[in-house]
Amino acid sequence: MSTAREAFLAEAAKRILIIDGAFGTEIQNRKLTEADYAGTLGLGRDQKGNNDILALTRPDVPEAIHRAYFAAGADLAETNTFSANRISQADYGAEHLVREINVESARLARRVADSFTADDGRPRFVAGAIGPTNKTLSLSPDVNDPGFREIDWDELVDVYREQAVALVEGGADFILVETVFDTLNAKAGIMAVRQMERELGREVPVMLSMTLTDLSGRNLSGHTVEAFWHAVRHARPLTIGLNCSFGATQLRPHVRTLSAIADCPIMVYPNAGLPNELGEYDELPHETAALVREWADHGQVNVLGGCCGSTPAHIAAIAAAVAQTAPRTLPAPPVVTRLAGLEPFEMAA
Amino acid sequence: MNPNSTSRFVNVGERTNVTGSAAFKKLVMAGDYASAVEVARQQVENGAQVIDVNMDEGLLDAVHAITTFLKLIAAEPDIARVPVMIDSSKWEVIEAGLKCVSGKPIVNSISMKEGEDAFLDHARKCMDYGAAAVVMAFDETGQADTRARKVAICKRAYDLLTGIGFPPEDIIFDPNIFAVATGIEEHDRYGLDFIEAVAELRTLCPHAHYSGGLSNLSFSFRGNETVRRAMHSVFLYHAIPAGLDMAIVNAGQLDIYDQIEPVLRDACEDVILMRPPPPDSGFETATERLIALAESYRGQTREEAKATEEWRGWPVERRLEHALVKGMDQHIVDDTEEARLAIEERSGRPIEVIEGPLMDGMNVVGDLFGSGKMFLPQVVKSARVMKKAVAHLIPFIEAEKQASGLADRSKGRIVMATVKGDVHDIGKNIVGVVLQCNGYEVIDLGVMVPWPDILKSANDNAADMIGLSGLITPSLDEMVTVAEEMARAGMTMPLLIGGATTSKVHTALRIDPAYKGPVIHVLDASRAVGVASRLLSDTQRDDFVTETASEYARVRDARAGKGQSALLSLEEARGNFYDAFLSDKPAPPLRPGLHPFPDWDLADLASYIDWTPFFRAWELHGTYPSILKDEVVGETARALKADADAMLERIIAEKWLTAKGVAGLWPCARGHGAERDDVVIHFPEEERHVTLPFLRQQVKKSRDRANMCLSDFIDPAGDWIGGFAVGIHGIEPHSERFRADKDDYSDILLKALADRLAEAFAERLHQHVRTDLWGYAAGEQLTNEALIKEQYRGIRPAPGYPACPDHSLKPVLFELLDAERHTGLTLTESYAMLPTAAVSGFYFGHPEAEYFGVARIGRDQLEDYARRRGVDLATAERWLRPNLD
Repeated sequence: MSTAREAFLAEAAKRILIIDGAFGTEIQNRKLTEADYAGTLGLGRDQKGNNDILALTRPDVPEAIHRAYFAAGADLAETNTFSANRISQADYGAEHLVREINVESARLARRVADSFTADDGRPRFVAGAIGPTNKTLSLSPDVNDPGFREIDWDELVDVYREQAVALVEGGADFILVETVFDTLNAKAGIMAVRQMERELGREVPVMLSMTLTDLSGRNLSGHTVEAFWHAVRHARPLTIGLNCSFGATQLRPHVRTLSAIADCPIMVYPNAGLPNELGEYDELPHETAALVREWADHGQVNVLGGCCGSTPAHIAAIAAAVAQTAPRTLPAPPVVTRLAGLEPFEMAA
Repeated sequence: MNPNSTSRFVNVGERTNVTGSAAFKKLVMAGDYASAVEVARQQVENGAQVIDVNMDEGLLDAVHAITTFLKLIAAEPDIARVPVMIDSSKWEVIEAGLKCVSGKPIVNSISMKEGEDAFLDHARKCMDYGAAAVVMAFDETGQADTRARKVAICKRAYDLLTGIGFPPEDIIFDPNIFAVATGIEEHDRYGLDFIEAVAELRTLCPHAHYSGGLSNLSFSFRGNETVRRAMHSVFLYHAIPAGLDMAIVNAGQLDIYDQIEPVLRDACEDVILMRPPPPDSGFETATERLIALAESYRGQTREEAKATEEWRGWPVERRLEHALVKGMDQHIVDDTEEARLAIEERSGRPIEVIEGPLMDGMNVVGDLFGSGKMFLPQVVKSARVMKKAVAHLIPFIEAEKQASGLADRSKGRIVMATVKGDVHDIGKNIVGVVLQCNGYEVIDLGVMVPWPDILKSANDNAADMIGLSGLITPSLDEMVTVAEEMARAGMTMPLLIGGATTSKVHTALRIDPAYKGPVIHVLDASRAVGVASRLLSDTQRDDFVTETASEYARVRDARAGKGQSALLSLEEARGNFYDAFLSDKPAPPLRPGLHPFPDWDLADLASYIDWTPFFRAWELHGTYPSILKDEVVGETARALKADADAMLERIIAEKWLTAKGVAGLWPCARGHGAERDDVVIHFPEEERHVTLPFLRQQVKKSRDRANMCLSDFIDPAGDWIGGFAVGIHGIEPHSERFRADKDDYSDILLKALADRLAEAFAERLHQHVRTDLWGYAAGEQLTNEALIKEQYRGIRPAPGYPACPDHSLKPVLFELLDAERHTGLTLTESYAMLPTAAVSGFYFGHPEAEYFGVARIGRDQLEDYARRRGVDLATAERWLRPNLD
């Protein structure tokens, strides 16, 4: 039996794979009430908005969304666990449920994925999603004290490892460290997965997805796309890419940059355009699909999908648009020393 | 040869190393990390491509020191842009460092000193953290000294590392540079051994790199900088071709091989390459010769003071250009005079100084600005220099003109004005300066200029175009009026439109159709010159005018064709009001009524300044403080901030300005039925009511969003509302002084600072109201950043802004506050406040209160509003035009 990495790479070599779309907006559209969120957990605080806890209180909701995305053509599901870490859950007084939320979220995604595979024989994958938390290792929240940090490395590694272990226990194939606004946080995520792998005695591939915070192509900690690649390449990522922050139009130059240098598959799942004045995403499925298709046509991507504002209709449109397009072939960059500060630095061979 | 220019050779900065720099050590020991950070910055500025950070000092807690320092430099983009080399002999210090560095650093170092297990354990950790590693040629028996040991140990390390999957390209060997010329014979080969070992290893260990700490080499010549520098340069000259591709050096302190004195160079070369001294030198060994030679260089220091004033020795034309580009005015009058005399000498005319070197310089400025290499604050500084130069020449030019009757020449003449009812002129002044810099004559009519004066001046002066500016929304209408009157007067000259509330859409929709001549919206100062030059160009004008006109026609078509979002009827919109949880309303104020503050402490306000809009006023876009580190505009932003800080200090110390303000808190209630959108303030003792009619959003909302109105945040059963007005007085004498001195830069700086102080005052007063006067947030503790992000409870919408777009509520507010008496503020006919550095608005304390934009409203609300305001329809229409179709 092949490993999940091998199986994924084998599929990715055949065609452009599709990752699912937004969960947050899909859940919002269902207009759940506090009672839906809170269930019978008896937590002291309001749970409305704690999307991840639905795995315990309304598992039918994430399950239905997974189902909708797989039906739309997704090959890869992201677990609904963006905020299912100790730091974010503490805001809801639910930090003691972190393990349970992640195990259940992974389980239900796995169940849906396997049922689709059983129906048509096409492999489906589950990526255990790990968000950035709302704490950053690289930046001070206090302008008057630039050396201050709200959290330190060891704490954050522990937070990530707790989540990663539970996701794998629930059946996730990979760990997706996504929406990386702080490169050092991502490096802590990689360390957490390394530690877990040693405990488990097997490989758990990491997928990494950076989010840009300005149009010049840097994330919040200030790294360019290329510097980010240098800083995380030691993870031997299963995929590297970009998500969230902007729509496909704005991401275009940065996808191109990354595509040229990364010797692993590229995964990009942009927002459905930029939000309008009311904070709504109004890019239509065929519009998003047409934009991301350009990357496919230029041989720049291996996995496509959607982030904020995307719907099963967007995913279906994307899947249809790239169904006949060959995936990007992996480049074989020369062996040189690649270092990075906020900017990349290469030493000639 | 110069090692800096060798692309494959990497300079590692060594000054942030307590073992290598006494100055750095002193700073760190004293806890002066701010200065220590500056050392790192200088390193990078001096060309270090990687910076080595080392805190190994017995008296320091090295883990704490390296953590503190690395976190601090992470916040400095101009330092953090380069990779870090984490340097320590203790692994725990290195690992602490790895936890703070976000890119891909280099660990310096790991070795087999403690055996293979520890070595591979550290190597694996480097892989987990994502770091390259310097591998010292060190094994269980000690440091490698001979060529054979160096090669053997490095090869063994290489095989071990690649055996566990360590990327070979991430291995950087340090085969140990030891001191030579020590007088001990065994040491003589050290330099050569290193060079030869590197050459051999290069073929044995593919992809690996070679580094070394250079200062060891010349250790026996401590205190003799000249000799040490020469030795380092000579060593690199030979080691680099052998394969050395990285060295820890003080990048600012390397000599160029070819420029080293030949005798010294040869002596160094003999020592390093183990060559015998020339027979005629009289020495038996190369070491003896170098030691003897070194005596003659002892104490000799290099001319460090490499004249910063070097440019003063340049020809006068280059000096003028340099002064213009750099914006330096110290010598400009002298240099201008020198240029004038030189031209006079060859019977030239004084105007030639302007047309020649000064315009050449300004063209350089213009090109740099146009290509985004220079930014507005620098251009305004350049303009200041130009104006001073021109002012010096004017008497000579006038005298000559009178003598000869020659007319002067300019590229074109532009009449500029801020329209009637509006008093804002920072943007207009900036555009004026930029145009003048580029050789245009600007006739600036000032602020609040009625249209007849604008037309008259344009005609009297045979202007080539008119530029109108305005900041507040009523000015948009006034601009239409100016355009209509120009049309009526049969004028055809181009009309330029600019200012914060203006837009291409408004220009296309409302102004362009009112006037037959070309109408051009100018987005910002950087576009002004391009627009003016095309309008005055014989070859480009027609195309440009046609293009713009058809672009505006397209805007109009698009607007007409595009079905605008549907409007609800006023009744429906009111039905979809925002349902605030009214029992959460704030408690009654601790101190109701009026609270005047005739002279608020400016120093206190300074700490509340939101700097981001300050930079925006200078067309530097980005968020403070990160803009200071912006790759493109950071340098300009820092210079501007330094000038602003200096002026702010004087404003405070010398009390240039006075901050006057007033806040009021009154009992009120929301109206009912048809008066649902009114808030009625009660003065029970006086049996008086004041009605504040607000506007409601009417655009049809998606999902379950409400159609909001400010009155939704007020309880009909009784509630409280507040108001405030603040103003900054006293800029006029200083502004006049600056203008008299041709110093637009300082003038604009002062006005921008006064604006910021007014906004800071509004922020500070709002905080005082929340924590003290009203007191509903007595325990609030927010940083200035949090204040800027509005992370507090309650809002302070201002008349004329989106939630409350009717400027004409200002007189009502002013009367409630008795604002003229308490703040000295007055209103123009368009309800702009004077002085211009002023803010006024209402306080809403409900926790759900938030800012929103009223946006488009329907005729029904317009009519209803006219009724509620007690004015005729035409008046209401004029006030609300920006919100009407």
